[in-house]
Amino acid sequence: MKTPLMTIIPVVVYLVLSFAVALWARRRTSMDGSSQGFLEDYFIGGRSMGGFVLAMSIIASYTSASSFVGGPGVAYSLGLSWVLLAMIQVPTTFLTLGVLGKRFAIMARRTRSVTITDFLRARYQSDAVVILCSVALLVFFMAAMLAQFIGGARLFQAVTGYPYMVGLVLFGITVVLYTVVGGFRAVVLTDAIQGIIMVVAVVVVLLGVVEAGGGMAKCVATLKEIDPGLITPTGPDNAVPRPFILSFWVLVGLGILGLPQTTQRCMAYRDSRAMHDAMIMGTLIIGFLILCAHLAGTLGRAVIPDLEVGDLAMPTLILELLSPFWAGVFIAGPLAAIMSTVDSMLLLASAAIVKDLYVHYVLKDDASRVPTASLRKMSLFATGVIGLLVFVAAIEPPDLLVWINLFAFGGLEAVFLWPIILGLYWERANATGAVCSILTGASTFFALSILKPDMGGIHAIVPTTAAALLAFAAGTLLGGRSDRIP
Amino acid sequence: MKKKTQDPRFAQADKEALLSLAAYGLYFVWWYVCAYGLGSGDPDQYSYVWGLPSWFFYSCIVGYPLITVLLWGIVRFKFREMPLDDDPETGFGQDVSSATQAAEQEEGQP
Repeated sequence: MKTPLMTIIPVVVYLVLSFAVALWARRRTSMDGSSQGFLEDYFIGGRSMGGFVLAMSIIASYTSASSFVGGPGVAYSLGLSWVLLAMIQVPTTFLTLGVLGKRFAIMARRTRSVTITDFLRARYQSDAVVILCSVALLVFFMAAMLAQFIGGARLFQAVTGYPYMVGLVLFGITVVLYTVVGGFRAVVLTDAIQGIIMVVAVVVVLLGVVEAGGGMAKCVATLKEIDPGLITPTGPDNAVPRPFILSFWVLVGLGILGLPQTTQRCMAYRDSRAMHDAMIMGTLIIGFLILCAHLAGTLGRAVIPDLEVGDLAMPTLILELLSPFWAGVFIAGPLAAIMSTVDSMLLLASAAIVKDLYVHYVLKDDASRVPTASLRKMSLFATGVIGLLVFVAAIEPPDLLVWINLFAFGGLEAVFLWPIILGLYWERANATGAVCSILTGASTFFALSILKPDMGGIHAIVPTTAAALLAFAAGTLLGGRSDRIP
Repeated sequence: MKKKTQDPRFAQADKEALLSLAAYGLYFVWWYVCAYGLGSGDPDQYSYVWGLPSWFFYSCIVGYPLITVLLWGIVRFKFREMPLDDDPETGFGQDVSSATQAAEQEEGQP
């Protein structure tokens, strides 16, 4: 099995393909010359996404290393109960697109919003909201990107045997470069390719596992022999209690509406037909990905029963079951998932600095005050610098960022969920409410995650969401009526 | 934004958002009832479909294509295409009035 060269070929082919796409996307970028035109193109692709690319892009920005390695690893330890939990993620695409919906698309166009922060600024007309959101976004995104880089490099190391640095350099540099060069168009096009690679990868590994285990029925029988809990909906020794699993309907269902890298997609599609198509295709594809990946992890227990750490389940299964070439194809899957999450975060972090802070506060919202060329240089530069910072941090991961990452997704949800949703659907929602909700949400989430009080298995995000909602309502009612709605 | 100046596209958009939530609710019910309704007993008493415990087969393997088909139906028959850009003259979409009229006619004859 020690033929890492065969394994690395599909990975390199795939990375080169990502570059090619970025260069192609760069040539497609319209050069109409205006600065606002450049910003809309670089950060949101001129709102030109069709249905398939939109669906893939939402899936790819949402699925990350955990969907391929962490999640199936837990499924290896906890059995079918964890697949049941993972399947809660199936509605995420249609729920995001459907609930934000056309109202969001229309309002984003009306206010010429390029980022979620733009939208919130136009809606609440409040510097406090904008600055809180930009800071939260930058901090959580940096931490989350770092974790993705580390996860990817470690996975690469485990499968190919090459040192950690080689993996980090290979795909870290790739993702930073193609994002800098190609902007949003390159990000969504590579997302689409990455989505396809992920689908191929999970099919390959699931088929490999079922075959090695002697068929589905035999796999399940073996699991039952190991521990009958592995085939129940509550897991071995009630490891997945019902209140816990039900919390995930809040965390991944409602919560995904608060992830800026996903919701930004909902303002970038071409027309209403693209949205309709994406809702259906997205659900079909994400369900397939999640089911196959997690089922492979669960059934893998029947093939290789004695791993101590669940996280090793996927890399070990790949090495044991697949030929070196197919192992390379599979490894491209999680790498793709990681890169597609990192690229959208990178671009949004850059947008937060260039668009949300620089253009607004330094140029007073008039992008035409600087020549397009220098705005362009600056955007590319910001994207590159943020990417390099994260890359350098990943070489010697600082504890603080690793720690922050544990709260990144929940924290983003706590900050962004209600300001977006209520800003859309509640006419009276005002800046006081939004600020209260952001502060209450973030602090409740941090407090609960650190203190870990006994809540009967309920995830911290559930009380957080409720507290943030109450704070929003209270703040809005106290803050008086707002009539500055765009 | 007073009611009388409400963009007519928003009424349809709100209906679609509610339908999406309803689909989410239905998926939850199916997922919950199949998983805990069929799977709460003793693992020795489980029945199996395609080698998988039936609670898992119905809640996960069947549930997800089912919601996809349901969603297709909802989008195909209940969602309407509409312009997303504003018409500079009125501040509303250009073909909104004709689009809503067509929508109303279609709804009259299912």
